Amino acid sequence: MLIELEKRKEPSQTMLYLTPVIAVLATMIVGGILFTLIGHNGFAAVKEIFITPIIDTHKWQDLGIKAAPLILIAVGLSIGFRANVWNIGAEGQYIVGGLAGTGIALLTWELEGWWILPLMCIAGAIGGALYASIPAFLKTKLNVNEILSSLMLTYASIQLLYYLMRGPWKDPEGFNFPQTRLFNDSQILPEIIPGTIVHLGVPLAFIIAIIAWFVMSKSIFGFQIRVVGSAPAAARYGGFSAKRTIWMAMLIGGGFAGLAGIFEAAGPFQQMVPQFPTGYGFTAIIVAFLGRLHPIGIILGGLVLAVSYVGGEIAQTSLGLPNAAAGIFQAMMLFFLLATDILVKYRLKLNIANQAGDAS
Amino acid sequence: MTEKTDYRIELSAITKSFPGVLANDNVSFAIKPGEIHALLGENGAGKSTLVKMIYGIMQPDEGEIRWEGEAIKVANPKAARKLGVGMVFQHFSLFEAMTVLENIALGMDAKISQNLLEEKIREVMDVYGLKLDPHRIVSTLSVGERQRIEIVRALLLNPRLLIMDEPTSVLTPQEVAQLFETLRKLSATGCSILYISHKLHEIKELCDQATILRGGKVVGECDPKQETSKSMAEMMIGGDLKQIEKDVKTEFGDPRFVVDNLSQVGEGDFGVALSNISFSVRAGEIFGIAGVAGNGQNELLMALSGEVPTSNADTIKLDGKSVADQNILQRRKHGLCAVPEERNGHAAVVDFSLSDNAILTARERMNLASGGLIKHSEARSYTDNVISTFGVKTTGSASPAGSLSGGNLQKFVVGREIMQNPDVLLISQPTWGVDAGAAAAIHQAIVDLAENGSAIIVISQDLDELLAICDEMAVINEGKLSKTLKVGEASVDEIGLLMGGIHGDPNANQDSVENAHAH
Repeated sequence: MLIELEKRKEPSQTMLYLTPVIAVLATMIVGGILFTLIGHNGFAAVKEIFITPIIDTHKWQDLGIKAAPLILIAVGLSIGFRANVWNIGAEGQYIVGGLAGTGIALLTWELEGWWILPLMCIAGAIGGALYASIPAFLKTKLNVNEILSSLMLTYASIQLLYYLMRGPWKDPEGFNFPQTRLFNDSQILPEIIPGTIVHLGVPLAFIIAIIAWFVMSKSIFGFQIRVVGSAPAAARYGGFSAKRTIWMAMLIGGGFAGLAGIFEAAGPFQQMVPQFPTGYGFTAIIVAFLGRLHPIGIILGGLVLAVSYVGGEIAQTSLGLPNAAAGIFQAMMLFFLLATDILVKYRLKLNIANQAGDAS
Repeated sequence: MTEKTDYRIELSAITKSFPGVLANDNVSFAIKPGEIHALLGENGAGKSTLVKMIYGIMQPDEGEIRWEGEAIKVANPKAARKLGVGMVFQHFSLFEAMTVLENIALGMDAKISQNLLEEKIREVMDVYGLKLDPHRIVSTLSVGERQRIEIVRALLLNPRLLIMDEPTSVLTPQEVAQLFETLRKLSATGCSILYISHKLHEIKELCDQATILRGGKVVGECDPKQETSKSMAEMMIGGDLKQIEKDVKTEFGDPRFVVDNLSQVGEGDFGVALSNISFSVRAGEIFGIAGVAGNGQNELLMALSGEVPTSNADTIKLDGKSVADQNILQRRKHGLCAVPEERNGHAAVVDFSLSDNAILTARERMNLASGGLIKHSEARSYTDNVISTFGVKTTGSASPAGSLSGGNLQKFVVGREIMQNPDVLLISQPTWGVDAGAAAAIHQAIVDLAENGSAIIVISQDLDELLAICDEMAVINEGKLSKTLKVGEASVDEIGLLMGGIHGDPNANQDSVENAHAH
């Protein structure tokens, strides 16, 4: 018996919006079973990871802190993904953006002024965009696959980070620890809710996502991105240059990732450390797809993944689950999302007729 | 072999449905040994689905296929070939970079040595008068020669039923004559032929019997030699054939679109280079460009429309302005609109709504965007306007382009460009795969636009179409354009010879010349 995928005539619109929800539910069920099978209390784990961060109001600030960089990076990536530009190296652009902003901070560490922080942010965005311009250049000039080049550049950026931390940027008063000096008060993102850790970068990420929504749905630029992604020949016919679109998509993706990087450095870290890369750039890929590449969906997707991060930390302390547990749940979510997506667009068909024919 | 019946193959009450469409509804007909049987119908009438079931690519939902009297199930193409069914597809499956022999060897079910295969190929070619060098690389062959590979491939299996799917759509008139000769020889040996086409004069010339399909149902059986083309056409489209209203014009305005020595290198390994193309089109004139597919038509359209600009600005002049170095957006602003051949993914984005598809090309001329922002309500009203003016059957401007039938989408695409009121309209294959009603509407719209003083260039493989609507025409072959011919004065033979080309395969060319003399 052969199982075939048959394209559905018109995929159900409701299902298209329901699949992320189904994927999350399936992750919870299968994850629960999986962790039970390997000897943990699986359903307690699911509860700690997915429910506790939501019902425990003390954890909301953590959700905001985690969701912000995910949303910011995912919105940038989604613009590229819509144009069929597969920037997988947001992690690297995030690191280089963080480093570029840190560079400004180190140059101005004896100075004070309102202008320093915006300058760091601009430097962060430019740093990320410049780092993304390498795969953009390779793609448009030499037709190098951007998936590979952007991914590999991530590892290069990590080495750059380690070099700077252990070498030129090491805090001279830091007892030889590989990290920079602490940023001064003009160099850190201010708290916006007193008494919490929620910094200015959090609302900015949400605002940027909403602006991106407006741009993608109302502007010729957003239209261009969608046409290039859906039908390159039609885009050329419509007068849109594929190369320029690749450039713009890469620069925006890199710029947003770089901005998220400096927000993270000037927010929670308040300095640059070798532990700076935490995988936000990769997790943001899941967020982008969970959010259907739509900025508003990405806000929701970012919150869901933030829940899994925060919940993973809770489960580590309360249940003694390994650190990798949250990662497993996140990966499962992407898997179920892609799988349910296939089933929305295609139906399974048992090809019995063929078998009967073969037998006769 | 026990002959229980007079028929080679009988189809009775075949029904096949796809989600949303009944492709074949209770279809029955039968073919005798040695008979050349036409399956006639418009695009979408269900011809291809039917033959795919005979060839085992699909299975019927209901009904029975009987092969020489015996009820059978054709599980897959391999089983069909085993029975003795051969098929030549409309689109060839050949590896361009391999030789004829290698291509045939790859398609064989049984593995035999290359030498033996070559011997067999030469034998088949001798018997049926097919000329082809087995060691030529496919990419160097003309379309007619490529089709011969597919025919040889089918004949090597000694078929008793050969299915030909729209075999002449890519051939020159001379190549068609050659093909018919081969098919007649084949039928004389007792092989049945199922000949699928929508070209009536060919069916009248070649076929003994015809089954006419419309909307998946058999609507008539006839002997084509006893019918007129008009009577068969009316059975096929189920209504009166509309005539295009076009006055014979002798007076035209000033030249609006002048191409002077346009040359361009081909893109990639198999792209066609354009060399020294020159022609000019006057206000009110329709200029046709005929030619066999793959001779540079796409490249020419993209060079003329501005999708691929050239550096030498003077090679294309639009109302006296040099525009060859401008991109498609700039040319559109100067009044040049274009409709490329491929609807899906080139002229239209299938998963976009019709109104988004209007934004694709009409945003500048129709003011559907300003300051980088889209004016969605203006786009919708322009789209509605196109839909109502051109009678596009759709649920509205929000429905995706992919939900429209081929003919309706083509009407929309043509309408979208014509309603921008272009000074010059470039249109490639305006009625490719479009039903007769939509084709007539599109032809009339083109003629009307010319009446209003626009200059129009129509690129088409359909010679009948060009002869019906054009004032002047030229033929493109291997990226070179022939001299301009006046439509009333050019003979089909002359055009056919130009389509075969002066630079083509010397053998094929010689044949064409001989054929032309024989007529």
